Amino acid sequence: MRVMVFVHATEESEQGNYAGHVDEFEAMGKYNEELVKAGIILAGEGLEPSKHGKLVDFAADGDRSRVIDGPFAEAKEVIGGFWIWQVSSMEEAVEWLRRAPFRGQSVELRRILEAADFEGQLPQEVLDNEARLRSQTASPTEG
Amino acid sequence: MPEQPPDEPSQQPSDQPSDPPPARRPEQASVRPTVEAVWRIESARLIAALARLTGDVGLAEDLAQDALVAALEQWPSDGVPGNPGAWLMAVARRRYIDGVRRAVTFERKAEELGHAAQLETEDPMDEIEFDAHVSDDVLRLIFTACHPVLPRDARVALTLKLVGGLSTEQVARAFLVPVPTMAARITRAKKALAAAKVPFEVPVGVELTARFASVLEVVYLIFNEGYAATSGQAWYRAELCDEAMRLGRMLAALAPEEPEAHGLVALMEIQASRIPARTGRDGAPVTLLEQDRTRWNRLLITHGLAALARAAARSHADGRSVGPYVIQAELAACHARAFAAADTDWGRIVVLYEALGRLAPSPVIELNRAVAVSMADGPAAALVIVDALADDPALRGYHLLPAVRADLLARLGRPAQARAEFERAAALTANDSERAHLLRRAAALTAALAPCSLAPCSLAPCS
Repeated sequence: MRVMVFVHATEESEQGNYAGHVDEFEAMGKYNEELVKAGIILAGEGLEPSKHGKLVDFAADGDRSRVIDGPFAEAKEVIGGFWIWQVSSMEEAVEWLRRAPFRGQSVELRRILEAADFEGQLPQEVLDNEARLRSQTASPTEG
Repeated sequence: MPEQPPDEPSQQPSDQPSDPPPARRPEQASVRPTVEAVWRIESARLIAALARLTGDVGLAEDLAQDALVAALEQWPSDGVPGNPGAWLMAVARRRYIDGVRRAVTFERKAEELGHAAQLETEDPMDEIEFDAHVSDDVLRLIFTACHPVLPRDARVALTLKLVGGLSTEQVARAFLVPVPTMAARITRAKKALAAAKVPFEVPVGVELTARFASVLEVVYLIFNEGYAATSGQAWYRAELCDEAMRLGRMLAALAPEEPEAHGLVALMEIQASRIPARTGRDGAPVTLLEQDRTRWNRLLITHGLAALARAAARSHADGRSVGPYVIQAELAACHARAFAAADTDWGRIVVLYEALGRLAPSPVIELNRAVAVSMADGPAAALVIVDALADDPALRGYHLLPAVRADLLARLGRPAQARAEFERAAALTANDSERAHLLRRAAALTAALAPCSLAPCSLAPCS
């Protein structure tokens, strides 16, 4: 399974102040190396402060949209970076994340939906057929 | 009369406290997935570090398993330690030192005891710190698990168990063999490594090339075990593909100077990107050229193409000739880069098959080249190649030879011969849906002299 790891921004990261954080960058580099050597990393990037970002707001009718310039909302609600990991379970993702050198910020883990989540494990026709057979063979007492 | 519910309070003896018992069981249930996750993350490093310590991979695994059992016993009550890897390492080392103490007498093996005492004073954190040291150990572990002294299936099982951190039950399920059979296979493999006195090291010089080829082969075997199967146990099969890709990425990170490691990663990722498109809604296989390419996993393609670029840069920098995994990845990339089947660069594919054939001459590669030639230069040129393969003993009974020939004949406007070849191919295949497909094509030729669709590229290693 794949998970997306959302790292929320901090006041500092929203200011784009990187120079004073050499140690943290080094620690993060080491952590990233660990993830690469474990073979779980599929993607991962840091994002520019939201003041350089754009928000496109779609009207309810879908016909109109307007563009809003950053920065957005509270720093802790803004995404500062992300990874995509391939892991065997959500618990594995949690254990990996616990090893990350973050301080005073929250990081969110979300499983990425796969085709199977939409289509089911079996071909739709098989499922349809199964449902039809059930409706035909179910005894009246079973309702 | 309904049965008494098991939690009926009246059944409880009166002297039982009314408070709920300590929540030990629920805790155990909730800690187990965490222990398993920690094991998956730490086991390769743990076993590798212990193997360097003890010089015995089998013993190292036993010690690591002891530590796992201790974790399952203690973490539910004590909580999960802050550094679980260091905790496991400390427990395993303690077991080892105790074992050495019991096994030796001071007079005879004073130096070993000294060694044990020295181990004891070291900080366990030193062992688990993720540095070049541990990375080297994991690489040694991979080479040991893939040692040619073992039969192929044992190499595969041991790699999944020791490097992948899978349980014997998981490995058995993935390969559809009974658990005791798999357990016996793994035990035999560990004994064979000990009996052959296989040193715990990364080979050097000429040996490195051959041993590295064995490692690549094992990882790709695991991948294909998952990728080739189209029915049954689908979930475990997908897990095997994921596991092989993870092992491949580990290998590429641990031995970044090896272009073939990056090539293998690229090959597996680009092939795996097509998994969502390989079967239709009815479960029937869909050939490469007929797949809905919007369903291909772009993330895996992007990652795979990046790995391929690393492989190319590495070969170029070292002036090395390109290996078979890089070439196969290049072939897969030709398809991945084409947004529609009609955009495929068949000329490039022909050149790549020629290169692959020079590295490892094989009639199957030649047949693949013929399919590519038919797409690049037309069916006549391809038929010459296929006809030259007609008497090859290696292809006797191989249904794709008449299937390809049939398609070429149909495209050349020779329906009677084409139909006979489709029927011959249908008689040779063991796969029901493939037989049905071939017979449909034969029947279509009987009905009309309609132009045929593109040749199925299903025999290509890149499919």
